[in-house]
Amino acid sequence: MAADNRPTSPHIGIYRWQISMVMSILHRLTGVWLSLGALALVYWLIAAGFGPDAYASAQVLFASWLGQLLMWSWCFSLFYHLCNGIRHLFWDAGKGFEIRSMYISGFSVWIISGLMTLLAILFVYQHGGGT
Amino acid sequence: MAEFRLPPNSRIKQGKIWKAPEAARNIKRFHVYRYDPDSGDNPRMDIYEIDMDKCGPMVLDALLKIKNEIDATLTLRRSCREGVCGSCAMNIDGTNTLACTHDIKDIKDDVKIYPLPHMPVIKDLVPDLTHFFAQYASIKPWIRTQSPAPDRERLQSKQERAKLDGLYECILCACCSTACPSYWWNSERYLGPALLLQAYRWIADSRDETTGERLDDLQDPFKLYRCHTIMNCTRTCPKGLNPAKSIGEIKQLLAEREH
Repeated sequence: MAADNRPTSPHIGIYRWQISMVMSILHRLTGVWLSLGALALVYWLIAAGFGPDAYASAQVLFASWLGQLLMWSWCFSLFYHLCNGIRHLFWDAGKGFEIRSMYISGFSVWIISGLMTLLAILFVYQHGGGT
Repeated sequence: MAEFRLPPNSRIKQGKIWKAPEAARNIKRFHVYRYDPDSGDNPRMDIYEIDMDKCGPMVLDALLKIKNEIDATLTLRRSCREGVCGSCAMNIDGTNTLACTHDIKDIKDDVKIYPLPHMPVIKDLVPDLTHFFAQYASIKPWIRTQSPAPDRERLQSKQERAKLDGLYECILCACCSTACPSYWWNSERYLGPALLLQAYRWIADSRDETTGERLDDLQDPFKLYRCHTIMNCTRTCPKGLNPAKSIGEIKQLLAEREH
């Protein structure tokens, strides 16, 4: 196809971002981010197995503002990926392909995963987590 | 693999500005992608100022006004001017649609017009659709039978015929396929929404007797399963069809066949 050096027409740089497209790429990104989060979880477990000193320093790391920020980003990623994953299950069952239902399910994913993250934050800080 | 940056020969430069006549009071600016294969230059964006008091309502009217009155070198495909031929498919105001059925009034700011995304460009707004139609041929878009030919037409019940509604209306304009990020990154091997809808059109046809073979052909990690339900296809279809749903139907048929 490119034998005659034809230019490629512009694509992602000019295509108007669609909410459907944003949610799809975010599903992928949260998935990748969660895999990295799994490494952090492994580090925490290893630290716990290593002894009190290693565990204490891991706790300091996770309790720092950066650590907490990361935890909440993983928390939101988990809920978003879960909710949007359920949306994908419905699609796999052949349901929810109409534009209207696609928007309704999409906004539901935003709202529910946002709420779940918020509730998790409230729960953790009320019960003295993070310290 | 996904390549987000355009190759060096495809990066767009600034082009000419074609001013509207002094007398014009109702001016709209059209930014149009231009590429001249003879010059060897990179593509550019020319800006045409159009007097809307002397222009028809659709984007195609403005493009033809440019071609007829301002700059005859502008090249585009068009034929029916009423949304049934699919020739004037292009990227207008950020999404793919038919220039002939897209009202200029629906675009608030300047109108930006590009060829269908991520395609080799022959000239200006004319993309090379050779690969797209080769892929179309690959799904064997005709009725294939095994039973001996009857003395008359192969009949369908009304219910059987109704299964083709929402499928037969596809005009193969390629708006949906070239709106699909998966097709952008994998068009060599992924069939894309338009042709999967077409594939399903023949799977769903009660008269076709090779449904199993058709499904076999699609059972492939790339041809079908590069669809990640991004839904840009359904959002952009100028005929209001639902390629994403057709792809979902094929995936379901394949899943059901497993057990």
